[in-house]
Amino acid sequence: MKGRITVLAVALLAVCMLLPAGLFAGETLDAVKKKGVVTVGVNGGLFGFGQPDETGEWKGLDVDTGRAIATAVFGDPTKVKFVPLTAVQRFTALQSGEIDVLCRNATRTLTRDTQLGLNFVTVNYYDGQAFMVAKKLGVKSAKELSGATVCVLPGTTTEQNAADFFRTNDMKWKPVVIEQTAELAKTFFAGRCDCLTSDASQLAGTRAVAPNPADYIILPEVISKEPLAPAVRHGDDQWRDIVDYAVLAMINAEELGITSANVDEMLKSGNPVIQRFLGVTEGNGAALGLDEKFAYNIVKQVGNYGEVFERNVGVNTPLGLERGLNALWTDGGLMYSPPFK
Amino acid sequence: MTPHPTATPAYPDIKPPVTSIGLIGWIRANLFNSWFNSILTLLVLAGLFKTVPPMVKWAFIDSLWTSTSAECHADGGACWSIITANIRFILFGFYPPDQQWRPLSAMILLVVMLLITRNRRWWHRALAWAWVAALTAMWLLMRGGFIGLQFVESTQWGGMPLTLILAIFGLTAAYPLGVVLALGRQSRMPAIKSLCVIYIELIRGVPLISLLFMSSVIFPLFLPEGITVNKIIRAQAAIILFTAAYIAEVVRGGLQAIPKGQFEAADSLGLNYFQTMRLVVLPQALKIVIPPTVSILISAFKDTSLVVIIALYDILKTTQSTLSNPKWMGFSTEAYIFLAAVYFLCCFFMSNWSRQLEKDLST
Repeated sequence: MKGRITVLAVALLAVCMLLPAGLFAGETLDAVKKKGVVTVGVNGGLFGFGQPDETGEWKGLDVDTGRAIATAVFGDPTKVKFVPLTAVQRFTALQSGEIDVLCRNATRTLTRDTQLGLNFVTVNYYDGQAFMVAKKLGVKSAKELSGATVCVLPGTTTEQNAADFFRTNDMKWKPVVIEQTAELAKTFFAGRCDCLTSDASQLAGTRAVAPNPADYIILPEVISKEPLAPAVRHGDDQWRDIVDYAVLAMINAEELGITSANVDEMLKSGNPVIQRFLGVTEGNGAALGLDEKFAYNIVKQVGNYGEVFERNVGVNTPLGLERGLNALWTDGGLMYSPPFK
Repeated sequence: MTPHPTATPAYPDIKPPVTSIGLIGWIRANLFNSWFNSILTLLVLAGLFKTVPPMVKWAFIDSLWTSTSAECHADGGACWSIITANIRFILFGFYPPDQQWRPLSAMILLVVMLLITRNRRWWHRALAWAWVAALTAMWLLMRGGFIGLQFVESTQWGGMPLTLILAIFGLTAAYPLGVVLALGRQSRMPAIKSLCVIYIELIRGVPLISLLFMSSVIFPLFLPEGITVNKIIRAQAAIILFTAAYIAEVVRGGLQAIPKGQFEAADSLGLNYFQTMRLVVLPQALKIVIPPTVSILISAFKDTSLVVIIALYDILKTTQSTLSNPKWMGFSTEAYIFLAAVYFLCCFFMSNWSRQLEKDLST
């Protein structure tokens, strides 16, 4: 026990001393170009966002975001190395330079943005915590859940959000805490808890594998804001801009109606906005220190935001998610890109 | 000729009653020899009757072996398809699919070497060289990057090869290190002795998980900017350091069991410290501690699965990753039974080998 405390003390001291030193990244872009790949930290076990498929190929919204960044830098979506990280490891991996950018469904918060020495860029998925219940309970709103037993994953903000929600609404609850997502779902479907709480995107995925999905509903209340965004280290603004505009290029392409299918025709478009965006009129690429065709390459090889969304988490996937908050601002969502000029 | 009066009487041999020999006799003597045991037997039989047939039905009769996940969800039996459909990813992780013959042949080579080594008749100096050659060959096969073999980064290694690499390199490196630490702890030189004691007690005082976390989360922050050490090597180092401390304590027990007369005899023959240890003490001490050493090796092998928490894709993590795919979610029982079988095979091989070794060395 004593040895453990000593080790931890030494380790903490070392972390405190070294943290500031870790923040002065050099020119990340140069380092990335020298390595020949962008190293992206991803989840590894979250279907629809970051997970290997049967053949070991990475799939997901965050994974495609990583590919878009690689395409922006190299014009090639395969020049990317995915590093699966746990929730504990993810920020250290970024601080220590093990990865160049973190695309691992990380919620942007004030302390993470400041004290952890990270900069979050444009949100690539707006999530929020919700509740799922069996239809036969007859519950229509989360406000009726007083006294409920709630299945919840430990350790994340999920548990805390649920506690906050029940306290502010002056309701009692009994948490049933289970470590693994798959086991959590099993427990819920076996009827051990009245309701299951998690991010809405995950609830949808869980419901899809229920013995009878139609028996369960996701309640309308969203009790937390979870803007999931890629993150980079403090101290390299050029790299931050590149990552930011790689994400924005996908959103802007959807706004402009450019898809991976029609992007080649769009090159001939007379619209000056599109010409500037696709690099027909030069300037954007040079400003970022990238190839003039970077946006064209992203749309051509990865797709616009809508395509990426539908491919990974959309209604035709097992997750079956509606666009909701993640629709374009013109469709009542929050996805909005500043002009590319 | 009349029979001798004391010869065997004329009545035929009577066999013992059927109730006391053969199967029935055995059952009576062992299962129903008192009312208490009879009740226990009946209860156990009833329990087996209740559980075994449904289990066999689930695992074999109703089971699906090569179906899609949708068919599995519709079927009530075991869905072994989760293993067959994902076997490549579970066994080889991110290794490029068209190159997976390489880790496969590396593993086959390893198994062949292990089987050869099992037989003590083959224990010559040549075998040691063969091991060096085989391990190098495995390394080269996995890594590639020469004569047309595509280079595969170690970050892409996963599944069974990763588990075996962590276990084999971990155990082979930890064993000599542990012996050295044990000798150091017995040393008469105070500096060496206290260093070894501090090391052993410090490492034994923390759980392996915290060492793995240190190696994966804290250690990178110590390194200068831009230098990163491969994640697998960091985890491997943590496993080696951890196991060595435990082996050291086991070996120390063996050293203490050697009678003082052995040391004195070696001294009187004029052997120096290293000769005494190598020729007299260690061969006896290590032989005595084979059983506890093997149990440490077995638990160390199973402990390699803890690398899951630092997101290394060993065979446990690849299986879990498959389970988090909505298509295959809910078949965790089948997946974990498969994993248990894999781990059992490896551990059983080790303990079996150690039993044989004990017999051969007649400890």
